[in-house]
Amino acid sequence: MSDTLLRVEDLCVDFPTESRRGRRRSVRVLDHVSLEIERGETLALVGESGSGKSMTALSILQLIPEPGRATAGEVLLEGRDLLALRESEIRAVRGNRVAMIFQEPMSSLNPVLTIGRQVAEPIRLHRKASKAEARERAAELLEAVSIPDAARRLDDYPHQFSGGMRQRVMIAMALACEPDLIIADEPTTALDVTVQAQILALLKDLTSRLQSALLLITHDLGVVARYADRVSVMYAGRIVESASAGKLYGNPSHPYTRGLLQSVPRLDDSAQTRLVPIDGQPPDLANLPTGCAFSPRCPQVHDKCRLERPELDSVVAATDDGPHTRACWGPEQP
Amino acid sequence: MQAYLLRRLLALVPTLLLTSVIVFLSIRLIPGNVIDLMLSQNDVSTVQDRASIEAALGLDEPLFLQYFKWIGGVLTGDLGRSLWRGTPVSEQILARLPISIELGLLAMFVALTVAIPTGIYSAIRQDTLGDYVARSFSLVMLAVPSFWLGTLVMVFPSVWWRWSPELEYTPFFQDPATNLSHMLVPAILLGLSLSAVTMRMTRTMMLEVMRQDYVRTARAKGLSESVVVLGHALRNGLIPVVTLIGLQAPLLIGGSVILEQIFMIPGMGTLLLEAVSQRDYPVVTGVFLVVGVSVLLINLMVDLSYGFLDPKVRHQ
Repeated sequence: MSDTLLRVEDLCVDFPTESRRGRRRSVRVLDHVSLEIERGETLALVGESGSGKSMTALSILQLIPEPGRATAGEVLLEGRDLLALRESEIRAVRGNRVAMIFQEPMSSLNPVLTIGRQVAEPIRLHRKASKAEARERAAELLEAVSIPDAARRLDDYPHQFSGGMRQRVMIAMALACEPDLIIADEPTTALDVTVQAQILALLKDLTSRLQSALLLITHDLGVVARYADRVSVMYAGRIVESASAGKLYGNPSHPYTRGLLQSVPRLDDSAQTRLVPIDGQPPDLANLPTGCAFSPRCPQVHDKCRLERPELDSVVAATDDGPHTRACWGPEQP
Repeated sequence: MQAYLLRRLLALVPTLLLTSVIVFLSIRLIPGNVIDLMLSQNDVSTVQDRASIEAALGLDEPLFLQYFKWIGGVLTGDLGRSLWRGTPVSEQILARLPISIELGLLAMFVALTVAIPTGIYSAIRQDTLGDYVARSFSLVMLAVPSFWLGTLVMVFPSVWWRWSPELEYTPFFQDPATNLSHMLVPAILLGLSLSAVTMRMTRTMMLEVMRQDYVRTARAKGLSESVVVLGHALRNGLIPVVTLIGLQAPLLIGGSVILEQIFMIPGMGTLLLEAVSQRDYPVVTGVFLVVGVSVLLINLMVDLSYGFLDPKVRHQ
């Protein structure tokens, strides 16, 4: 039934740290992360800073910063394990089958190269296009992301563009080779609120036109509700709840998800409704509690939570829009 | 752009005037007077001789008058005449300048071909054996003065292998091969000592640039590591390196004075040393003036090259 494009299975990423008394230690930043994206689907990956969202994204393309390593698991793109690919093979996937858009449009474009050159680069590389062809295609792409006077701006440099315009350029660059999957790592965090909506609408429109899947990494639950088909919530390097966007909003099951939703203001709340913050601090990955990583902050914690770690297999409800899973020992309803 | 260039060139004038005053006075402050030197070569000398030579050379006038006469000449392109030979200073300088420029360019070429690739290598192989070797080498080159290396190169090969560097100067256009074989050893020594700082700067800048978001973007496009480093990172990393090269220009000129002497190259450095030891005031001031102008022009060129390297500067 499903047309799976990307399946991440039990992915673990470790960062070696300073050895203490000769013993090498390492910090696990991703702990058995599993997720699945179907062709053309938008999956949102939600969580606080440091929960492992960006690391998951970077792992898919083997772009984990040194000295981190994927130590277990698989990243299967149409059945082919990307983690097992050699450098030259993964390079043929990057920017071609899977493209990335980063958080900081101000610093993600090279300041000394023209926009035209940067957008044309993946086309020349992966499509073996001539300089003129690539340039023409770059102009079309800039047009597609609604940059006014696109053809004339090919020879401009990044500093001549505003933040929103630069993010449009990044999107054009990501779309250049019509990838099967676009990973957008907090694409609107650095932008003005008015521009955020434009960029997301553009991204959603273009990906659906190209039939590309979108992995949308964000901490903004408003964005999730509006643009995602399914949502996975991450906490401390693990996925703690996964469901269709509708289910997750209507019936959040993990206390952390509920906490996230309660800490966001909603227009339909009455003026008297108070926002409820999640108590405590995000955990130190080098020093996680035994049992559930969320247990020190959880309002419904009980003894078992502190001793045993829940796995993501407890199916809350199998609905027609995919399974609703969570990793929690608590009751399904608060 | 033209207006900018004109403004920059005009700004050189006060700097040069100040330089000329300092140079003009400081050479006369060196103990030992040119007349004494001239008279010391004759056994008998009288007070009358002294006064007549002084008058003939125009050294009897007050200093400020001498200065104004000299600077007036400079403005019309006349740098005065050598006190000893009587030939025009500009003639002597024009004969020697191309030789020093050749040495300087060769040394700069050596410095850059060593420093930039080593700096890049050191950065992308940070904390490996190769990086340590390159950094140690640059430390050594920084610590060892080039005149000492020059002396070693003169002495040891001739003791060990009965080989010594060429010491007879042949003009480039007469026999380029012989000329280059003479210039090469001092150029390498000078270049290596210049490369030390440039290499460290290149390494630091590349390390900095390789951490930037746009390098990650370049990798995410699927570019090979060599395109990422050379096509995306290097141009960003080179901007401060170019500044450094400009700042090193005086070092280059200073180093060449000594090396020209050791390797008997008849360039500006040799001319300067001869002139200083003979207290040949017009020659010394002339040489310093040319050196001063060169340093200022090199720095102007460095400033202009930012526009080429950094589009932000170009559009301002």
